Amino acid sequence: MNFEDYRGVWVFIEEKDGIIAEVALELLGAGRRLADKRKTQLSGVLIGDQVTGLAQTAFEYGADCVYVYDDPIYRFYRTETYMRAMLACVEKYKPEILLYGATSTGKDLASAVATDLPTGLTADTTQLDVEEDTGLLLASRPAFGGNIMATILCKKYRPQMATVRPKVMKALQRVPGRIGEIVEESIPITEEDIRTKVLEIVRATTQRARIDEADIIVSGGKGLGGPAGFQLIHQLAETLGAAVGASRDVVEAGWIGHHHQVGQTGVTVTPKIYFAVGISGAIQHIVGMQNSGLIIAINKDPAAPIFQSCHYGIVGDALEIVPMLIEGFKAALGRKEEADARKV
Amino acid sequence: MLHIVACIKQVPDTKIIKMNPKTNTMDRASAPAILNPYDSHAVEEAVRLRSRYGGTVSVLTMGPPPAVKAIKKCIEIGADEGYMITDRAFAGADTLATSYALTKALQKIAETRPIDLIICGKMTIDGDTGQVGPGIARRLDMPPLTSVNKVVELNREEGYAIVHRKLEDGYEVIRSTLPCLLSVEKEINDVPYSTMTNMLRAARYQPHIWSVNDLPDIDKTQLGLKGSPTIVSSVWAPEKPKGGTQLEGNPQEQVRQLIDILLERKELFQGVT
Amino acid sequence: MPEKFDAIVVGAGPAGIACAYELAKAGVSVLLLERGEYPGSKNVMGGVLYRKMMEEVIPDFHKEAPLERPIVEQRFMMMDKSSAVTFSYKGLEWAQEPFNNFTVLRAKFDQWFAGKAVEKGALLVNETVVLECIVENGKVVGVRTDRPDGELRADVVVLADGVNSLLAKSLGFHKEFRPDEVALATMEILKLDKKLIEDRFNLEEGQGCTIELFGDATKGILGTGFLYTNKDTLSIGVGSLLSGLIKHKIKPYELMEYVKKHPMIRPYIQGAEPQEYLAHLIPEGGYRSIPKVAGAGVLVVGDAAQLVNAIHREGSNMAMTSGRIAAETILAAKEREDFSEESLDLYRQRLMSSFVGQDMKKYKDSTHHFDKFPQYFEQYIPMMNKAMSQMLTVDGSSKWEKQKKIWRDIGTAKQKFKIARDIYRAWKVMK
Ligand SMILES: Cc1cc2nc3c(=O)[nH]c(=O)nc-3n(C[C@H](O)[C@H](O)[C@H](O)COP(=O)(O)OP(=O)(O)OC[C@H]3O[C@@H](n4cnc5c(N)ncnc54)[C@H](O)[C@@H]3O)c2cc1C
Ligand SMILES: Cc1cc2nc3c(=O)[nH]c(=O)nc-3n(C[C@H](O)[C@H](O)[C@H](O)COP(=O)(O)OP(=O)(O)OC[C@H]3O[C@@H](n4cnc5c(N)ncnc54)[C@H](O)[C@@H]3O)c2cc1C
Ligand SMILES: Nc1ncnc2c1ncn2[C@@H]1O[C@H](COP(=O)(O)O)[C@@H](O)[C@H]1O
Repeated sequence: MNFEDYRGVWVFIEEKDGIIAEVALELLGAGRRLADKRKTQLSGVLIGDQVTGLAQTAFEYGADCVYVYDDPIYRFYRTETYMRAMLACVEKYKPEILLYGATSTGKDLASAVATDLPTGLTADTTQLDVEEDTGLLLASRPAFGGNIMATILCKKYRPQMATVRPKVMKALQRVPGRIGEIVEESIPITEEDIRTKVLEIVRATTQRARIDEADIIVSGGKGLGGPAGFQLIHQLAETLGAAVGASRDVVEAGWIGHHHQVGQTGVTVTPKIYFAVGISGAIQHIVGMQNSGLIIAINKDPAAPIFQSCHYGIVGDALEIVPMLIEGFKAALGRKEEADARKV
Repeated sequence: MLHIVACIKQVPDTKIIKMNPKTNTMDRASAPAILNPYDSHAVEEAVRLRSRYGGTVSVLTMGPPPAVKAIKKCIEIGADEGYMITDRAFAGADTLATSYALTKALQKIAETRPIDLIICGKMTIDGDTGQVGPGIARRLDMPPLTSVNKVVELNREEGYAIVHRKLEDGYEVIRSTLPCLLSVEKEINDVPYSTMTNMLRAARYQPHIWSVNDLPDIDKTQLGLKGSPTIVSSVWAPEKPKGGTQLEGNPQEQVRQLIDILLERKELFQGVT
Repeated sequence: MPEKFDAIVVGAGPAGIACAYELAKAGVSVLLLERGEYPGSKNVMGGVLYRKMMEEVIPDFHKEAPLERPIVEQRFMMMDKSSAVTFSYKGLEWAQEPFNNFTVLRAKFDQWFAGKAVEKGALLVNETVVLECIVENGKVVGVRTDRPDGELRADVVVLADGVNSLLAKSLGFHKEFRPDEVALATMEILKLDKKLIEDRFNLEEGQGCTIELFGDATKGILGTGFLYTNKDTLSIGVGSLLSGLIKHKIKPYELMEYVKKHPMIRPYIQGAEPQEYLAHLIPEGGYRSIPKVAGAGVLVVGDAAQLVNAIHREGSNMAMTSGRIAAETILAAKEREDFSEESLDLYRQRLMSSFVGQDMKKYKDSTHHFDKFPQYFEQYIPMMNKAMSQMLTVDGSSKWEKQKKIWRDIGTAKQKFKIARDIYRAWKVMK
């Protein structure tokens, strides 16, 4: 393997329903930095059905070039089809670094590609850097359940691959009109070759405030005592127009569904305001919310680690504090409600 | 007869692990070894499928000798057979080398009983990558199906499986040929309290244990540390935020202060009625 | 059909494991049931394991068992608020074979010991709680566990379920404890560097020391404390009779904090990191509290039979010996194919003529005695401290004068008589 042949930083541009996934834009931001440091190009790989138009968005977020595989066969993500496209592209153009979002699609694709190439793959990266002269990727990630951080290197193989956690990297400011090169690619592949078929896609029916998008999140932990206490979290969230988050212990206890879990094995969130109520602040939880704009902790144990990770803390019984907060906010925000009430 | 193999791993319980702050290594004694929680769901799913369709459930692990315990745990859940590969040569493997070794073991298991379905956990709590499952699938040229949260149907005669794959905002229904490999989410099932019959079976059970030389046609350069493209170059303690302002006064006063602080960002609360 | 075994042993502590080991060794089918995640996971003990009784089960165990340190020094500290009179014996003959005793951490030791029983053929099932004995026609014929299809049968059920044996209680073998029959002990395991331990306790590499604490350790309440050296941890604990705790309205963990902060103890544990906190009951009713230990198809061993010598803090050794004697009894009964109460009562007879019964009898009045006459702990220990202080403080007065003063301070002739009588009484119950 001649390392000289491998050049450029690539990003897998995950797309769904004609929209580029947030994480892909974040990766273009991170990739741009690496590419500049290596004085090389940043490219995207875009796979899908009628997606060529999205290349322009990628340019505006920092890509110099986008390889496009545009074919109805790529309409839904399937490991088999996407993997073949990606493998063909890598073998033809030989990138030095290839990044994927650590989403279910990105992880699935990266694992398959890494095995076939073969090459090393670092999972769930939260920090990225590159050695300027050697091009060695320094991919850092939490390990042992978040108890330590480790930097992982892949010295013997190219490309160097990593999946990167959503919400950790920052997308660049969009530059409208910024242009780049589109390289249209295709591989011979027919539906008959493929062993998996997507029969149906079912969007979650119930409407929930999605915690990965919300500006305000009220999260509750074991300290609320039980499902009844946890209702207070719903009430405060409703008062603030916030989404509801939870610690893992709460999810495992069945007080609320999996998709509300914040943290290492849940969702990483970066709301503008994050309330941690009755949450101890285990490292696995912290890594999922530490980049929030303003973190507020309510816990009755003054020694709870959460107070090391918050901007403002209240030491007290949540069952007492939260109702007061609800009252207070209602009074401060809810003039309209009162006015409405008066009108009637 | 249907043959399902679940891949399982014994891991330190990272939830209660203690780290040595000086060396950033883990204090092994502080963390009891447990069956990777995600893998218990993989085994349970295999057991449930067996009760629907009949057949055999085997489990496979690669690990040091004490990992026999993890296999016994799987027998308690209801697995029929347990296989373990253990050898110094496997030590230090990353996901690529792990999936290689496991693939070789799976091929050997398949010699006595062809495999229809492999089930892995979503991820391990120590390695925490979720890469081993898809890696095995690629090496065995099976379709990998990750994030599976429901198995709708298995049809061995006609050679297909229908499963749900969890998406960020829902799920997709996928049909795949058999054999294939599933990585399953925790929510796919609840692992019930094991029956006394299974407990006794597990207490008596002796797993099949293989060393590297028991695996035919193995390329030793692809194993363990040697066969691992990724290496850990440094470890450090994660940065901890410095801690914020503790509000003061009685609860009423604290709540008042907090509300005042937050209302400075009133724009965030727009749209709230 | 529930599976049937020759014997089912409930509880994998020293008593249960020793019993299962002996039975398995003799080739009978034995099932050992433990509610903890693994044997030892829930077990608390300061940690002195006596070589002799262990050896009677597994000769040469010290070559492979996970032992912490062989004890070469035993200290006894009579504590007052800011002083202590200490007696000690250190003997290097204890540093080598055959050794005298060792510190152990039960979480490790019990696991190892149970593993040995499994090697011999015992079947071990963890994480299973035995809910009750199945009784048919007045005879115990098996147990019911908390698992689905959880009924099991056996010729004999051995209750080794520890101090608060609910199973023995539900069979009516013993009553609820009275608060003066049981001590509540709390202990902590503190992590400390090996080298520091050896320096602080004046030990050669690998050797161990035990300190028993009396007097102010328990704020004068009847009870004792201990501080033991492990490999790289210390075990520290205090225990006192429930009745004392109730009378003085003090919570066990408050006593624990008190001991840890005590100026006589603090320097030993300075900088040590708490690793584990445990609490447990100790049966201290002594000989008079021993319940019925044999019934039709059932035997009671170890703490479940209240076999603890509170004075010498011996329990695990009695547990093992009782487990071993129970196993021998079962083997004999099996030969006769007779598991009736009369047949199994042989266990009680043998137990009582062994050191267990003998010691229990010898100290039968000790706890009651000290409980009834609190002056030993409340008055005499402080008095002793004061006397030593006066004797050893160099202040220009002659030793002769000092002795006179000490004698005067003890009080009137009547009080002196009372002390003499108490000392005689204590000597009588302990001798
Ligand atoms: C591999 C791995 C991954 C993990 N991933 C995640 C993850 O993604 N997300 C996650 O959250 N966890 C995760 N965990 C679990 C994590 O380690 C913690 O166990 C979990 O976050 C603790 O949840 P908690 O704070 O709700 O509960 P606890 O730790 O039990 O804390 C409860 C807190 O409430 C306080 N409290 C009690 N009563 C009151 C009251 N009346 N008022 C106010 N405060 C009160 C207590 O003082 C305490 O601090 C993971 C663990 C591992 C090993
Ligand atoms: C603080 C403290 C310090 C001590 N220090 C010493 C010392 O230094 N030296 C010494 O020799 N002795 C000491 N002892 C006493 C000693 O610990 C006991 O005498 C000894 O452990 C008794 O053994 P056992 O097997 O009878 O009971 P245990 O060790 O209590 O074992 C009983 C087992 O039964 C299990 N069990 C209980 N109920 C059920 C059920 N329903 N179903 C299934 N399983 C069940 C329990 O989980 C446990 O594993 C100390 C005790 C304490 C509390
Ligand atoms: N050493 C191993 N032995 C058997 N199965 C494993 C091993 N390591 C990982 N697996 C399987 O692969 C899944 C994902 O693991 P990981 O990639 O380490 O997160 C696990 O849930 C297991 O099903």
